[in-house]
Amino acid sequence: IGLGGVAALALPLQAAAMVDDKIAAFTGGADVGEGGLTLTAPEIAENGNTVPVEVSAPGAVSILLLAAGNPNPDVCTFNFGPLAGAQAASTRIRLARTQEVVAVAKMADGSFVRAAQEVKVTIGGCGG
Amino acid sequence: GNWSKLAAQQALTQDDLLSFDTFGNVSLIHITDIHAQLVPIYFREPSVNIGVGDNRGAVPHLTGGDFRKLYGIDDGSPSHYALSSGDFQALAGAYGRMGGLDRVATVVNSIRADRPDAILLDGGDTWHGSYTCYHSQGQDMVNAMNALKPEAMTFHWEFTLGSERVQELVEGLPFAALGQNIFDAEWDEPAELFKPYKFFERGGVKVAVIGQAFPYMPIANPRWMFPDYSFGIRDENMQAMVDEVRAQGAECVVVLSHNGFDVDKKMASVVTGIDVILSGHTHDALPEPVLIGETIIVASGSNGKFVSRVDLDIQNGRMMGFRHKLIPIFSDVITPDPDMAALIQAERAPHADTLSEVIGQTDSVLYRRGNFNGSWDDLICDALISEREAEIALSPGVRWGPSLVPGDITREDIWNVTSMSYGEAYRTEMTGEFLKVVLEDVADNIFNPDPYYQQGGDMVRTGGLGYTIDVTKPQGERISNLTLLKTGELIDPSKSYVVAGWASVNEGTEGPQIWDVVENHIRKLGTVSVSENNSVIVVNG
Amino acid sequence: MADNVKPRVKVPKSASAGEVITLKTLISHTMESGQRKNKAGEIIPRSIINRFTCDFNGQNVIDVTLEPAISTNPYFEFQSQVPEAGEFTFTWYDDDGSVYTETKAISVG
Ligand SMILES: [Mn+2]
Ligand SMILES: [Mn+2]
Repeated sequence: IGLGGVAALALPLQAAAMVDDKIAAFTGGADVGEGGLTLTAPEIAENGNTVPVEVSAPGAVSILLLAAGNPNPDVCTFNFGPLAGAQAASTRIRLARTQEVVAVAKMADGSFVRAAQEVKVTIGGCGG
Repeated sequence: GNWSKLAAQQALTQDDLLSFDTFGNVSLIHITDIHAQLVPIYFREPSVNIGVGDNRGAVPHLTGGDFRKLYGIDDGSPSHYALSSGDFQALAGAYGRMGGLDRVATVVNSIRADRPDAILLDGGDTWHGSYTCYHSQGQDMVNAMNALKPEAMTFHWEFTLGSERVQELVEGLPFAALGQNIFDAEWDEPAELFKPYKFFERGGVKVAVIGQAFPYMPIANPRWMFPDYSFGIRDENMQAMVDEVRAQGAECVVVLSHNGFDVDKKMASVVTGIDVILSGHTHDALPEPVLIGETIIVASGSNGKFVSRVDLDIQNGRMMGFRHKLIPIFSDVITPDPDMAALIQAERAPHADTLSEVIGQTDSVLYRRGNFNGSWDDLICDALISEREAEIALSPGVRWGPSLVPGDITREDIWNVTSMSYGEAYRTEMTGEFLKVVLEDVADNIFNPDPYYQQGGDMVRTGGLGYTIDVTKPQGERISNLTLLKTGELIDPSKSYVVAGWASVNEGTEGPQIWDVVENHIRKLGTVSVSENNSVIVVNG
Repeated sequence: MADNVKPRVKVPKSASAGEVITLKTLISHTMESGQRKNKAGEIIPRSIINRFTCDFNGQNVIDVTLEPAISTNPYFEFQSQVPEAGEFTFTWYDDDGSVYTETKAISVG
């Protein structure tokens, strides 16, 4: 059995509200749709301290990445320049516990779309 | 059971075990999860192996009489003993030990006599699990397998030898080390040491073998031992590799997998173009392949107990048919190969006295496999509580480790169920709340209805602690009625308990090695009697 | 300047004009989150890379704002157009005011 990476057990009650606030700050309160943004993350993190996450939104200006279950949900914001070869990027992030990773993309026309994926952070199984 | 040894063995001959009408144009030989068992052992198959979600009631989640009924296996027959649980002690007396790599060599040689270019593939969990393997850091198994001449191998417990040792051994292998899902953790690129696939030309057919290492290595085992690697199922990359080898002219695609059976079933439904998955890790032994779409999945057991032979008829890039046999290695029936026997003898000779020292006796069958408990683990938990002065013991739900019938317990027997590179028996305090989190977490890694969340072990074994589990509930709701057995009181979430365990994935874990803890305990007992364990109540099992 | 901060990048040596290429970057950095405590129980102050940019011949490819949830040794993978031969400039900005840069030339042909 694992017993590795003992995660914070209690999710702060205000976390969900914090995520909404962060998104609102990014969108200026505009409506957020779906589609056109792909968020790729593993079903199970090999290591909660370094979880690979990829976002891709063709035509986006910027993409906000949030970890909904972290004490502070901020992760990063990608701003794509004129020479970006694709509006896509990968990085590695810290997840304190099993949670949803959320991305919001600002498109060139000023609209916003959202995508999310749950990532399981486990203290370990056993082997066959 | 009242099986006479003579009658049982008269019913079995080496010729029967090896008989096979050679078929088609390609032969595969699969062995997996040997766990360093060079010599014959007893191995009791599980009586509890619950399937969840779509796999409820599907093989390999049928046991005992249900399993025999499905496959038309007679009670008391050799197949009953080899493949299913029930009447184990009596049948073990009749049919004897299983496995032994010298007997395996005889079987492999016999298949090669029929089909000289048969492709022998090792599914991994080979360089782990015995005293001699531990002390040679896998070298005894490498030497033995090199003599058996496989064409390729994939990996799991091998990585617990540590990155450096893995590299040293892999660089010296005279066969392919495969894993399309073994990546360099730093740059997220395929690890250079391992190739995703290898081509073989056999009977005029281009066969591609793609490797799939255990996907959850850094979670189920200590990632600090191999920090430079990342794994995962990576089924998109698997599809890319299948497409790549097909584009290069592969007429037959074989995946040598250490995913575990249910994960392989799902992968076969997601990835198209695989003809055969040779499945390892969950230690299931199935007398027939399972068909998913156009992919057949073959499960070949563990601990050297079985060899699978699969003959394929490949015509114009299509698998037109197959013939399969799961060959049980009855060690009293199959003649040892003299060369391999000599090699094994040479590996073991320097340790012979240490291995054979009798530590105590057992009145009970000692076994491990089963979703919730086994008598070997009950004994290990008792040893932890007693030797480490703990209230509660935790023992990992690993699936390796042979069984014992009543009689002597030798040092080798203890090492066979405990040997590992992180065997320190820790002693710590855990709150009741944390204990529940641990059990819920491990349970979800076994009973999550999505196979891609299953890590292929059994439930963590508990000593001094009872509970009720509803396997159909989601994580956080499966475990209830956690009870401290010595007082009969419910576990208090806010109270701290003294817990002893072993096989922690945390770096720097301190404590005596588990094999020494168990040996000391057995010495004090003299004779071991393990009573039936009723401390786990399973709901919807 | 923090100790042992070492940027590394993976850039193809050449591309064809107008090609889109993949870039990978790593910088060794503890990314101290400001949430951990030392053995004395005191909060270890936050010290992270807070911004990363990549430019090609003076034009921006990507500009990333980092928060403490980015892992130790920040890693980025992204894509760039290569309109002509030239030089990529990668810049990391540290909380402590340090700025680390790395450049890589790419030929076209
Ligand atoms: Mn195994
Ligand atoms: Mn395994």
